[in-house]
Amino acid sequence: MTSGAAVVIVGGGVTGLSAGWWLARAGVDVLVLDKSIVGWEASGRNGGGATHVGSPFGLEEQRLWPQMDELLGYPTEYQPHRIGIALSEPQLALARRWAEIGESRGFRWEPLDRRQLKELVPIVGDEAIGGTYLHFGGHANPQRTVQAYAWALADHGGRILQHTTVTGLVRRGGRVTAVETTRGTFGADVVVVAAGPQTGLFAEMLGVALPLAPARVEMIATEPIPIMGVGGVAGNGLYGRQTLRGNLVYGGGPHEWINVPDMTTPEHANTPLVRNLARRLAELFPRAAHVRVIRAWSGLVENTPDGLPVVERLSNPDNVVIATMSSVGFGLSPAVGRAISELVQHGRCSFADLGALALSRFAGTPPDWRERAGWVARPAEVAAAGGDG
Amino acid sequence: MSDHRSIAGKAPRPDQHIPLVVVGAGAAGVAAAVEAARAGVEVLLVDEHPVDNDMMAMDVPLCFGQRMDATVRNRAAMLERVVETNPALATAHDAGVDVQLGTYIWGAFVNSATVQELPAPMLGLADDRRSWLVSFDRLVVAAGARDVLLGFPGWERAGTLGANGAAALLMRYRALAARRLLVIGSGVLGLHTAALALEHGVEIAGVVEVEAHVRGEASEAKRLAERGVPFFTAHTIREARGRTGEIESIVLVGVDEAGTPVRGSEREIACDAVCMAVGLVPSVELLHLVGARLVFVAALGGWVPEVDAWNRTSVASVFAAGDCAGAHDGMLRAPDVAREQGRVAGLAAAVSLGALDRGQAEARRGVRAPLSPASSEMQSYWQAWLRAQIEAGGWEVNVCQCEEVTRRELIETKPPRYLKWESPQMSARDVGTLLRDGPINQDQIKRLTRAGMGPCQSRRCREQVGLLLAQAAGTTLDRIPLPTFRPPIRPLPLNVLWPADEPAAMREDWVSWFGIPTQFSPHWTAGMAVDEPTAHARLILSEE
Repeated sequence: MTSGAAVVIVGGGVTGLSAGWWLARAGVDVLVLDKSIVGWEASGRNGGGATHVGSPFGLEEQRLWPQMDELLGYPTEYQPHRIGIALSEPQLALARRWAEIGESRGFRWEPLDRRQLKELVPIVGDEAIGGTYLHFGGHANPQRTVQAYAWALADHGGRILQHTTVTGLVRRGGRVTAVETTRGTFGADVVVVAAGPQTGLFAEMLGVALPLAPARVEMIATEPIPIMGVGGVAGNGLYGRQTLRGNLVYGGGPHEWINVPDMTTPEHANTPLVRNLARRLAELFPRAAHVRVIRAWSGLVENTPDGLPVVERLSNPDNVVIATMSSVGFGLSPAVGRAISELVQHGRCSFADLGALALSRFAGTPPDWRERAGWVARPAEVAAAGGDG
Repeated sequence: MSDHRSIAGKAPRPDQHIPLVVVGAGAAGVAAAVEAARAGVEVLLVDEHPVDNDMMAMDVPLCFGQRMDATVRNRAAMLERVVETNPALATAHDAGVDVQLGTYIWGAFVNSATVQELPAPMLGLADDRRSWLVSFDRLVVAAGARDVLLGFPGWERAGTLGANGAAALLMRYRALAARRLLVIGSGVLGLHTAALALEHGVEIAGVVEVEAHVRGEASEAKRLAERGVPFFTAHTIREARGRTGEIESIVLVGVDEAGTPVRGSEREIACDAVCMAVGLVPSVELLHLVGARLVFVAALGGWVPEVDAWNRTSVASVFAAGDCAGAHDGMLRAPDVAREQGRVAGLAAAVSLGALDRGQAEARRGVRAPLSPASSEMQSYWQAWLRAQIEAGGWEVNVCQCEEVTRRELIETKPPRYLKWESPQMSARDVGTLLRDGPINQDQIKRLTRAGMGPCQSRRCREQVGLLLAQAAGTTLDRIPLPTFRPPIRPLPLNVLWPADEPAAMREDWVSWFGIPTQFSPHWTAGMAVDEPTAHARLILSEE
């Protein structure tokens, strides 16, 4: 057996890395295994939003983000506050609803009229009917943040093995004692599975039914434009931000349900949906309609049937923590990592009630739930691009 | 049940279907289009030239170095010009090919492991006003090659061109605004560029070569020398000088065998433009997007598609011909090679569409043109240039102009300057520490340093970033994984890229995330749902 660790984390995404970092800074011997490069999947490809006060981890998310640069020692580009823009009454009602959810947790917000919006966000047009200014929430740069976690974890003595695919979990006497990988077997006292779309495959290995449906989603980025006072501006069915460089980076719209049958990393293809994204962004910011799109990308995420995370220390085997964030992992990662580190060390989370996230809520979920919900992939075609001639 | 918020049923319908699309109206592309059309195939031949002035100013698709004259602003005149300077287009037109000029291909979309909803493989096209989608049965990519650029102090100034950019301005646009050109590189490409410029009345201030001897053919070098072209062998660039952002002179410095500058050997050469002609790389963006297998072949300029004897790529419906299938000196010496590859691809596409039988294609194909031996040591040649330019110009030179990332910042994996970030932890990190975690990955370094993340879409820095990383990692360019290309592969404005109309379902069911009502509901109010409003569902504020 290759050298193992007290805690082996399967998956170097933002959840696994954060958990590893919290464990390492608590002095725990931790090893993170990733099949490619840290944060290479959805963790490094999302909108960077950190405004999830409705989540059981929401208050901790809000408490931690302003400290993350300092705690990690590396920049995350965290920026506080969000502005919601509405182009229609239903959009305004939704924006206000988000604000009110925050308010009910003690956060401050104020409504914005069109004039105020245009002052704060000069690229907004007359189509905007109003909006919200949230004195809470925020966003960060996912690409910089995942590397920050990875480096900070290593600074605390944790280890990361990239390009190492976990292929199996070794069980002995009601516990998982080791993980098998393409680069040897690693012994472990506790195993954390935070493997994104592949988390379900690992649950299956343990005889645990974890209903997950993977999907592909897309984003676009424009060339930089002058920096606005608040970069966290969204609306019109888009999520995203202006980066500190000035790029407008936004996603939204229809997802494509897919299958992720094994541990391999599928490619990150885009579709003509990038045009529809461009349209909504130009509608949201008509004064930036001339700005050029310079890049698009896609990412793979997984959802549970209710769209809520599963973060749980299993009872059998009792030394495994399973974590899927159900497609909303980046912003919550500082808090979830801390929760996982507590589950590993103490078996319980001190700062959040994880009851609503228990796997047992899916006990009655039928095996064909994806078909019933219409969350299914179209059957694969034989040829990728046309037939043989 | 179906998920109204998913892409199912909303997949884009192409605006047009064409059995065969040929991308690029150079020698290879025109030949492919003509062969297929003569076999009775309906063919669309697309070329982005003339590109508009704004694109040119961004060095898209080639490094034009701001040395376009004012005529390029006249679109109608430029359209006439690119037709006039490419007589083969008339042949294509006569053969019945639909020729669309001034049209960008900005994306290629095919079904794959994570995309199954597309009704057909399709291309994204655009002009200066709008974009549209064209589906195809077969695709011939003849997208040409880009220049390898290696920075030096002052290379941001107007007047730094690439050999292919200069050639396009000279031959296609007849709009090169340079009067006195210094050519960097004395290989076949450099000598060819110098001769071409002379032919078009541009003075050549000199040909610079880092190696001790002229690399190209002696006879060609002699012809240039006879016409008064000075050669500066064993020299490299120290800096570009000039007022107000223009190149007015280049300072050269002599180098010894190790590439180290020789003290006191500086000389200042007056010129208004400098042309990097050290090498070309195949333009494989579209081939990458359709999923064609790419392999690194040093003798062919780097990453090239694997093709069979009929120029078919690993994707059965896609063919590659000309420089994008492998750019090397032989192609410059014998333009017929590209044309021949194009003909073969066109014939093969026609066969695969059932318009020709294999025997007819064999007969029309005829005897294959012998290929001149390609130069195989381009990588080490580029490395030699880079080493000398680092020695002469230092580490504070921008490798990425768009994002202003210097060689030093790249190798030290520094976060961008505008973050003003300093920490002892960050200072302890560099390419070397990343190397301990696994092989160097250019996309990862891009995310951290932003090198290659700007509006030129890494056209100016891709190779030099790769070379610098290879050098820092003690490896070679072929060992650095191909950095990805992302659509749109031409930077297009939001209001050009956007679709004029959308399926009703796309508009009506659009949500920002999955539209799972419980996903963002406040956890303390069990059963409450917050549903994004769509045309079908009003905002649900609680369980009603």
